[in-house]
Amino acid sequence: MSDGTETAIEHSAIERPAVERSATGDNDASPAETMPSLATERDMVFRSRDVNVYYGSFRAVRDVSFDVYKNEIMALIGPSGCGKTSVLRCYNRMNDLIRDARVTGTITYRGVDLYDERVDAVEVRRRIGMVFQKPNPFPKSIYDNVAYGPRVAGQKKGLDDIVESSLRKAALWEEVSDRLNDSALGLSGGQQQRLCIARAIAVDPDVLLMDEPCSALDPIATARIEDLMQEIKQDYTIMIVTHNMQQAARVSDTTAFFTSDVHSERDTRTGILVEVDTTQKIFSNPSDERTENYVTGRFG
Amino acid sequence: MMSRLSDDRSRAAIAASIEKRRVDTRGLLFRTLLQACLLLTLALLAVLIISVVTNSTDQLGTRLGDFLSGTLRSQSGDDRLGVHQGIYGSLWIAVIVAVLAFPVGIGAAVYLEEYAPRNRFTEFVEVNIRNLAGVPSVVYGLLGLALLVKGNLFGLDRLTGGSSTLSAGITLAILALPIVVITAGEAVRAVPVELREGAYGVGATKWEMIRTQVLPYAAPGILTGTLLSMARAVGEAAPLILVGAISGRLGSDPGLLDLSALTDQFTALPIVITTWTVQSGRDVGFTAAAASAIVVLLVFVLLMNSAAIGLRNRFEKKRG
Repeated sequence: MSDGTETAIEHSAIERPAVERSATGDNDASPAETMPSLATERDMVFRSRDVNVYYGSFRAVRDVSFDVYKNEIMALIGPSGCGKTSVLRCYNRMNDLIRDARVTGTITYRGVDLYDERVDAVEVRRRIGMVFQKPNPFPKSIYDNVAYGPRVAGQKKGLDDIVESSLRKAALWEEVSDRLNDSALGLSGGQQQRLCIARAIAVDPDVLLMDEPCSALDPIATARIEDLMQEIKQDYTIMIVTHNMQQAARVSDTTAFFTSDVHSERDTRTGILVEVDTTQKIFSNPSDERTENYVTGRFG
Repeated sequence: MMSRLSDDRSRAAIAASIEKRRVDTRGLLFRTLLQACLLLTLALLAVLIISVVTNSTDQLGTRLGDFLSGTLRSQSGDDRLGVHQGIYGSLWIAVIVAVLAFPVGIGAAVYLEEYAPRNRFTEFVEVNIRNLAGVPSVVYGLLGLALLVKGNLFGLDRLTGGSSTLSAGITLAILALPIVVITAGEAVRAVPVELREGAYGVGATKWEMIRTQVLPYAAPGILTGTLLSMARAVGEAAPLILVGAISGRLGSDPGLLDLSALTDQFTALPIVITTWTVQSGRDVGFTAAAASAIVVLLVFVLLMNSAAIGLRNRFEKKRG
């Protein structure tokens, strides 16, 4: 945990003035904070308060607040169009890349405000990696795909070791070790997605964001990815967006349920967070009726 | 349970209902029409090539070497005409277009697609680039005449030597520029967003993303577009007339690699072809010579296009 204390010192130096802090401090009684089972002893990785995502004048997500703790897998579930992916993309500043996208509210990563103007989005993405909905290997060799991140980070030595250990962690080494120089596009969909996980792992991130990583895969490939997530969660904190409720129930420790709030007069929908709790509680005894309706399959 | 008889009956009814019964006349007609379009195109091309090649045998068949190394004359006198000066002009015009229009055009395209903010101004710029690509080539000739030959505004004539290969090359580079910007821009826009996000997702900066994803992926498309624009520029005659290409006797006859002659008076293959064709009524020798020059220009452009295809295939293989 030497890393954690280092950042703690570092962030105190760039922390915002106390006046602004107190505004979020008042909100401490939000649902995530009062969760009894999640002891405050554990390291908080993300703390989000009143996060809104806008695309131009359209508000896609409204007032989302929850916390994410170290080495846990948090699932974001909810019906299509409820803003899960928009929320996920806030955590590695991926929304910066979308024209007209705007994020308000506070998201802190290990205590540091991710949207502080002194924060470099590129550095954020090196620590908070992402796996996308559609497997997106680069049109390069398997080796070059995994070595891509370390290379852009300026690393030239020891790439062989990084490639091997990343592929091993992603449970792909056995299948590709004899053809590392073949094009990654020749792999099957499931292999490509594991390669993308290896590529994300290769920069040694702290957090992995996964945006419906199994939606393009068959059940067997999906099972492999889910097993893999269980194995790597001891090293990483994972946030996963999924349409698949069974998947959320199988892999995650905590679950955030989103739904969309329809404005009838303007015919637009805004994503809202309904409830965050342990996955077990969300699926067995949710506090909110909307959650219960969704997890029991009555809507969505 | 159905009886056997009704079972057979229903089978017969089904067979009858899905039986092949009509001829798809409209479909056949449509297909034939499309085929005819293709055949017409091929036929026109064949007629052109055959007539040019038969006409050229007089020259190319009997004195190929002399024709390629000979110089322009104002008299035909079968054994004396040659296109060497034309080849020199066209070759260096192509090189100048490549050296000037490609980097500038590709750079502008990448900036417009990747960096420029989306606002009224960039939209205005983009629309204007599209319009420029459609401007008649003569207008570019006028620009070359004023700017490079006469030296209006910047006195560039001292650099170009007035009517010279250099002036012609720069003029045609300007002509090719908008086409290069448009085709390169389209190739850049076609780079999948998944690749961009994949690169950003592991911590690439914008420049690293462009260098490692956008440019390699777009390279084949950029290359094809730019080389086609070069082939078009090399075939232009109208702007060269305004820039002052020589159609009669041209004093100097530099070696193909003689750089010092770039600022001398010049001619180019399209000019040679036009001149000789115009004079063909006067003397039969010119007809054969014009046809021969056309064959030389065709081969020249063909070589350039095959280079484009070869390079594109190599890049495409590399991109996987």
